[in-house]
Amino acid sequence: MSVILKATNISKQYRLGLVGTGTISHDLNRWWHRVRGKEDPYLKIGAINDRSAKADSDYVWALQDINFEVQKGEVLGIIGKNGAGKSTLLKILSRVTTPTTGDIKTKGRIASLLEVGTGFHPELTGKENIYLNGAILGMSKAEIKAKEEEIIEFSGCDRYVDTPVKRYSSGMRVRLAFAVAAFLEPDILVIDEVLAVGDAEFQKKAIGKMQDISKGDGRTVLFVSHNMAAVKSLCTRAIVLEHGTSVFEGGTDEAVSYYLRNKEEKETVNFPIAFEKGQILDFKVLDFMGNNSNLLLGEKCTFDLKLTIKKPQSIKINIRYQLFDKDEKLITTFNTYHHDANRILETEVQNFKCTIDKLNVSPGFYDIGLQILDLNNRKILYQTEGLKEIIIETGDVFKTGKLPSRQNLGVFLAEQSWEIF
Amino acid sequence: MNTPKDDAWLYTISSKHKLIDFNFKEIWRYRDLLLLFVKRDVVTVYKQTILGPLWYLIQPLFTALTFTLIFNKIANIETGTVPPFLFNLAGISIWGYFNKCLTATSDTFKSNAAVFGKVYFPRIIVPLSIIISNLLKFGIQLLIFIAFYVYYVVNDAAIHIDSSVVFFPLLILLMGLLGLGIGMIISSLVTKYRDLKFLVGFGVQLLMYVSAVMYPLALMREKLPKIAWIVEYNPVAYIIETARFMLLGTGTFSWFGILYTVGVTFVILFFGIIIFNRTEKTFIDTV
Repeated sequence: MSVILKATNISKQYRLGLVGTGTISHDLNRWWHRVRGKEDPYLKIGAINDRSAKADSDYVWALQDINFEVQKGEVLGIIGKNGAGKSTLLKILSRVTTPTTGDIKTKGRIASLLEVGTGFHPELTGKENIYLNGAILGMSKAEIKAKEEEIIEFSGCDRYVDTPVKRYSSGMRVRLAFAVAAFLEPDILVIDEVLAVGDAEFQKKAIGKMQDISKGDGRTVLFVSHNMAAVKSLCTRAIVLEHGTSVFEGGTDEAVSYYLRNKEEKETVNFPIAFEKGQILDFKVLDFMGNNSNLLLGEKCTFDLKLTIKKPQSIKINIRYQLFDKDEKLITTFNTYHHDANRILETEVQNFKCTIDKLNVSPGFYDIGLQILDLNNRKILYQTEGLKEIIIETGDVFKTGKLPSRQNLGVFLAEQSWEIF
Repeated sequence: MNTPKDDAWLYTISSKHKLIDFNFKEIWRYRDLLLLFVKRDVVTVYKQTILGPLWYLIQPLFTALTFTLIFNKIANIETGTVPPFLFNLAGISIWGYFNKCLTATSDTFKSNAAVFGKVYFPRIIVPLSIIISNLLKFGIQLLIFIAFYVYYVVNDAAIHIDSSVVFFPLLILLMGLLGLGIGMIISSLVTKYRDLKFLVGFGVQLLMYVSAVMYPLALMREKLPKIAWIVEYNPVAYIIETARFMLLGTGTFSWFGILYTVGVTFVILFFGIIIFNRTEKTFIDTV
């Protein structure tokens, strides 16, 4: 094992208000203010930013003092929520922009995987674009020629290679772009979130190819993604970025769970929330004791919703909760409709109390979504996917004293009995 | 884990950069990209058109025809013994090359922002490819010029090629470099000051009128001696005037003019490379 890339003290600073507003008149005005010793009149725009820890508020540090090393043949995941600085780091790594401080030293050529069809010329055919795109990525003509057939085969665009790319579907473009990059042979490959595109089959193919790249050929890969499943299956190590600083570095599983735990709390929802025909006065999730705390696997819990509705007689109301996991996958629903509990309300203020006798959803972090529908007028009155975040902790679901661990549990636990003959 | 010594690193991405960071080795490594860009520029422009590359010829021919009618027949500009059409065609072709180099280069950063924002390659490849692909287009236009030249010679027009025409390629190279230099400066500034985009549009048009395209330099000196200096200090005018001297044997040739033009071109090119170099590092943050 040897270090192939080493980043020391990488910081990137963006100046607010200056960037993008630059016209001569602005710059002259700015200069005129400076001459008279006044403050920059344009910096007030967007100057408030909670990420300005290092200097006064006219600067934003998109990245601050990032240090890491990458071993040869390693697949390093870089995870973090939007705005954590992942893309900025990638831009610096792929030499699109330079850091404000620090440097990155590398012993190999770095190439980044283009986003959907960037660098494709719509008028050129698929084959011509393979050459153009490959050359943009740093391949020589001879290198591309040697790989041409493999690339075409992998992309699955055989029939269309002599058709201008402008007639391609977006999926085909991604396939072609990915194929070119996948057969690229840089020492270090940088991939940003591209796997989010393409159909399931192609995603699988792409992940497989990337495993081949990193394991088989000993290529080094830097992989940036929101897709925790992909990160888990691909990466050998990961870095978690938060507000432009590196907060965790270590094994993939630990990093992923650190990321999930530290995913910043949703902005607290302030009640009442107004919607078209009323207001949500309050929403509580109560555990088996009726307390407002984390829920336990296998125990009773209650969703308590308090609404006020204008002109209640005209509305037949339907309440639907949806439970989303941290990959924003819908896990289950709780719906008045299934319980014949849709009704025309009599009074303006109403309580909706949904009791779940046995909470059998696998432990973890979830978001509760809410939809309020008016069945009379077939209208959605209110909907959100993040009304409240809840934590389900492992509990004695089978009353055996054996607590299921979080790992390898699946989505839910069915009630069950065992007989052994 | 053994950390290699500093000299073992292939390259460093650093916050510090040199004034002129011109890596010829790297540009050479990307030569295939340069050729593919040239191919793309030449091939795709007139895709899905009926006349295709003929458009490269139609533009200068009709412009030369219009100029001849307006400036020579109506406004009576004298072109000496040279047929006015040929005089204009020479001027327009060479001016056209400069014009294309300048306008296309000045758009480098803006029109390639999407690619530049994703992947690294030496940015200078793009303006270089513009210079080369326009040179090819100029070559096609030169062929049509030669065809008319032969036609007029056969019809006994009083034109002769000067022996200095062997330096004509150098003159065109100079023209390309001048366009490249100015274009690189503008392309760098336009990432911040979008105003320049509009300035380039009509600025180039105005520049044509002071570049001795449709009149001989001597005529300017004779008719408007007070403002002839505008033309005399314009390096483009010297190139066009000299080119006509080489091709048609008309106009003036001055060593001062040539040396002046070479000097200005290299100063502009030098500054162009410096400012382009500075911009390419961080333009993606401002564009």
